[in-house]
Amino acid sequence: MAGFWGKKEKQTLFEPVFRNNPIGVQVLGICSALAVTTQMNTALVMCVALTTVTGLSNVSVSFVRNGTPSAIRIIVQLSIIASLVIMVDQILKAYLFEISLRLSVFVGLIITNCIVMGRAEGYAMQNGPILSFLDGIGNGLGYSAVLMTTAVIREFFGSGKLFGYSLLRLDTEGGWYIGNGLMVIAPGALFIIACFIWVLRAWLPQLQEKE
Amino acid sequence: MQRSGVLYTIGFAALICVVCSIMVAASAVSLKNKQTENRLLYRQKNVLIACGLIEPKQSVPASEIQRLFKQNIRPRVINLKTGEYDDSIRPETYDQRREREDPGQSQEAPDNPAQIKRIPNHALVYEYVKDDQFRMVALPVEGKGLWSTMYGFLALDKDTNTIRGITYYDQAETPGLGGEVENPRWTALWKGRKAFDQAGQPAIQVIKGAAGSPEQDPHKVDGLSGATITSKGVTYMMKFWLGENGFEPYLEKLRQNRSA
Repeated sequence: MAGFWGKKEKQTLFEPVFRNNPIGVQVLGICSALAVTTQMNTALVMCVALTTVTGLSNVSVSFVRNGTPSAIRIIVQLSIIASLVIMVDQILKAYLFEISLRLSVFVGLIITNCIVMGRAEGYAMQNGPILSFLDGIGNGLGYSAVLMTTAVIREFFGSGKLFGYSLLRLDTEGGWYIGNGLMVIAPGALFIIACFIWVLRAWLPQLQEKE
Repeated sequence: MQRSGVLYTIGFAALICVVCSIMVAASAVSLKNKQTENRLLYRQKNVLIACGLIEPKQSVPASEIQRLFKQNIRPRVINLKTGEYDDSIRPETYDQRREREDPGQSQEAPDNPAQIKRIPNHALVYEYVKDDQFRMVALPVEGKGLWSTMYGFLALDKDTNTIRGITYYDQAETPGLGGEVENPRWTALWKGRKAFDQAGQPAIQVIKGAAGSPEQDPHKVDGLSGATITSKGVTYMMKFWLGENGFEPYLEKLRQNRSA
């Protein structure tokens, strides 16, 4: 393993989680982050789906990178990503049916998720399969970190639950807690993600653009 | 051969297409049975919920759902216009959504607030029969909410008037607002209310604010707060499906059979 696991590999995997977070720093993939984060269940499944697709598409794109004619490289990447997304969607429908009902349209939209395309074009076209795979997984994890944080806040304050398990009993279910309506709708996620970006930039001042 | 040559590019593109399509086709074909089974099971589960045989949100193993369904529920295909059973179509293979889209098997709907565009010639109803006694029937209903078409089942008692249960199993309304149509606390409010008024017209409606008990307000159900359009959508779809273009002929037949 020692040969495979050096400083560079580690950096490739963990850098995108915070220091070069795709949502927080590159501000990619916002649309799905707003849509699927009202509940942790759906957010988690979305994260796993996106991380898998980013990892595998990076490997595949990297494998064929030396043979890919540059004139059609984008469409080649897109075909690979689209195929992987369809496969993930099929698997969800077969094994996590009730969640897939809620997610299906967003899983389909992974195809157009800027993170996946961005990593394929920006990283996998220049690097070997192993590094590309780690980069894909890393970026997936970075996306997941933001999504899960957002989902925790939204589900807890919006409906008093975590993973569908009731912590604060809602008034609609006979309890005392009145759900925060802002958390339930998409703009709520926008505020939370904006705060996330703010915190990240305050913590890592090197991310701030020079005036 | 040159990497930028036209022939090479076409060959490469073809190769990628073939590989990708094989992978997609393989996953679709190999998982198809499992998916069909899931879809069927999910429908069955919701019929059972509407009929009150299992609790909403209760986690029930697949084998138990199949057993309960087989023992209690008789799916029947009916002709919507006449209300008669149509046994030439097997309920297992009947797909109401597909028939609705088929111009040969469906008709254009008259303008209606539920925004139903086409009416299929047939419908699949689920009769709950226990000890050879007809107990209730679960009718499939659908209609537009704010964002999505909502699909559900409405269970009517053997008197074809008292509502025994309702469930929505496919909708994409705002979670927490319109999405509350799935909330068991809200669906429980429907139980015991009456679908029709004295004159036999569909009367059940979702109102703004809170309704009283089923005895006080037999035709009213609490509104979903913050979801006026979804609530209206529910009222409109009930009006449509309980009316003459919906299940009225079938329910009429049921009433006749009971008094005969």
